[in-house]
Amino acid sequence: MAAKRRETAAIGLLWGAGIATLVILIVILAYILVNGLPLISWHFLTANPGVRGQTGTGIYSTIVATVAVTGVALLVAAPLSVGGAIYLNEYTKENLLRKVIRQAAEVLAGIPSIIIGLFGFLFFVIYLRPYTGGWSVLSGGLALAFMVLPISLRISEEALKAVPAELREGSLGLGATKWQSITTVVIPTALPGIITGLILGAGRAIGETAAILLTVGGALSVPHSLHDPACPMTLYIYNILTEYNDTRTAYGTAAVLIIVILAITFTTDYLMNRYTRKLKGL
Amino acid sequence: MRALRRSRTRDARERFIQLILLVCAISSIFAIFLIIVFVFSQGVPFLAEAGLPFLTGSVWLPADSFAAGTWGIFPIILGSLIVTLGAVAIGAPLGIACAVFLAEIAPPAIRRMLVPSVSALAGVPSVVYGFFALLVIVPWIRGEFGGFGTSVLACWIILSIMILPTIISISTDAMRAVPREYKEGSLAMGATRWQTIRSVLIPAASSGIITSVILGMGRAIGETMAVLLVAGNSVTIPGSIFAPVSTLTAQIALEMNYATGAHQQALFAMGVVLFVFIMILTGLANLASRRRVTF
Repeated sequence: MAAKRRETAAIGLLWGAGIATLVILIVILAYILVNGLPLISWHFLTANPGVRGQTGTGIYSTIVATVAVTGVALLVAAPLSVGGAIYLNEYTKENLLRKVIRQAAEVLAGIPSIIIGLFGFLFFVIYLRPYTGGWSVLSGGLALAFMVLPISLRISEEALKAVPAELREGSLGLGATKWQSITTVVIPTALPGIITGLILGAGRAIGETAAILLTVGGALSVPHSLHDPACPMTLYIYNILTEYNDTRTAYGTAAVLIIVILAITFTTDYLMNRYTRKLKGL
Repeated sequence: MRALRRSRTRDARERFIQLILLVCAISSIFAIFLIIVFVFSQGVPFLAEAGLPFLTGSVWLPADSFAAGTWGIFPIILGSLIVTLGAVAIGAPLGIACAVFLAEIAPPAIRRMLVPSVSALAGVPSVVYGFFALLVIVPWIRGEFGGFGTSVLACWIILSIMILPTIISISTDAMRAVPREYKEGSLAMGATRWQTIRSVLIPAASSGIITSVILGMGRAIGETMAVLLVAGNSVTIPGSIFAPVSTLTAQIALEMNYATGAHQQALFAMGVVLFVFIMILTGLANLASRRRVTF
């Protein structure tokens, strides 16, 4: 009897933990969206922020800045991570090199973003100033590439690993070279997984603040070149909260970010479900 | 002859492609190497000059020149540890329980809702968490317990939420990987579901669960923006959980804005200290995940 009562209590607590997690997420998202969504208008998205962050203006230049730094980060990290994943999965067996590289990617993923920021400040802003323009979109994007790389590397590798060996063998058996098999059979099959990795990497770049705090400059004007300083949405929220005290604009900007993150979550969830179903169907 | 030549150029091309892919693969190693070289190049000379008092001193009065400042970061290190351990103490039980729920108990419909929710929770930008904490949690603490509201407790609450996705996703994977026969054997011998969870599932998945908690700890100690907004950032040893606190990450972010000279180097030295903490945690996580449980 006691065992049965304990059983009910324990299972009840586990249900509670699951529901609590769901409720926490819903409360945070709802709080931001309820306060922020009414502020989002065409004007809000297309007007520039006031130079000192006055109220009633828009966030256009911060959207441009987010897109620009994320673009730079992906442009650098996408080929490196996908190429690296192909090498690890298609060209190596379980050996020391593979272990070391995987370990390195894990360590890189665990490095706090503020340390990436310190490094980016020293390397891109100071040391490479003639090429990056100091505090700039380019410096910020390059620092973010260090954070995108390990995420998309790991997910691409998993996607490639899930491609059945028979597909490769079939292609090689028909006389294709290894690279031909990779480009015509392996990559197309793993594409949903690879794209998922890149989208999640982009999500990381869009949501990151600490790494760009020290590298991107924070200027509120629209950046016209990669060498211009800029202020992505996340950094703008921080600046508003600490300097301008204009919570309305912060709500609006946070709501835009949440919508982007939700879109990313649903897209990647959908892609991965389709991918696993497709592989099962083969 | 021609076929042979074609196969030779084909071979050369294949080898060239393989070389490029190898370069891509080792870029992660190169990246870590670069980060260590640059951060340590600024931080280590300062550490050498300041010596042990840098880690044990409790007075932090930075200045542009080394001689003019007092360099003690003990309260900041302690702050990082307090904030991290408290967040894990709250977040780990909730996260592990949620993982058990996901792996064993949740009906498929709820699981389908909860899994993307956990990834959404992982995707929410840290500055948005900080924003939420600053506008909801901090005023609540101020109203309920007095003080400024920006406090150890505010950090604990928001960080315990932020480490949930790490703990839940890795623990769930570990529990899913436990062979079904173990659980079936236990149930067949008349154990209840909870007894099976407690004495079979959790022990069998323990290495993954421990890894998830250590990685969550790494996430908490490395988190910057949320802490920066709600910690209060005062370099003193907090007297209670309602007192403000400062952490390595927040202090670096706060002071890098205006620091020059020796002050800037000191912040890089704090970066080195933080890096060492993270490396210790990574090493522990590796040890934990290598441990295999055998029956």
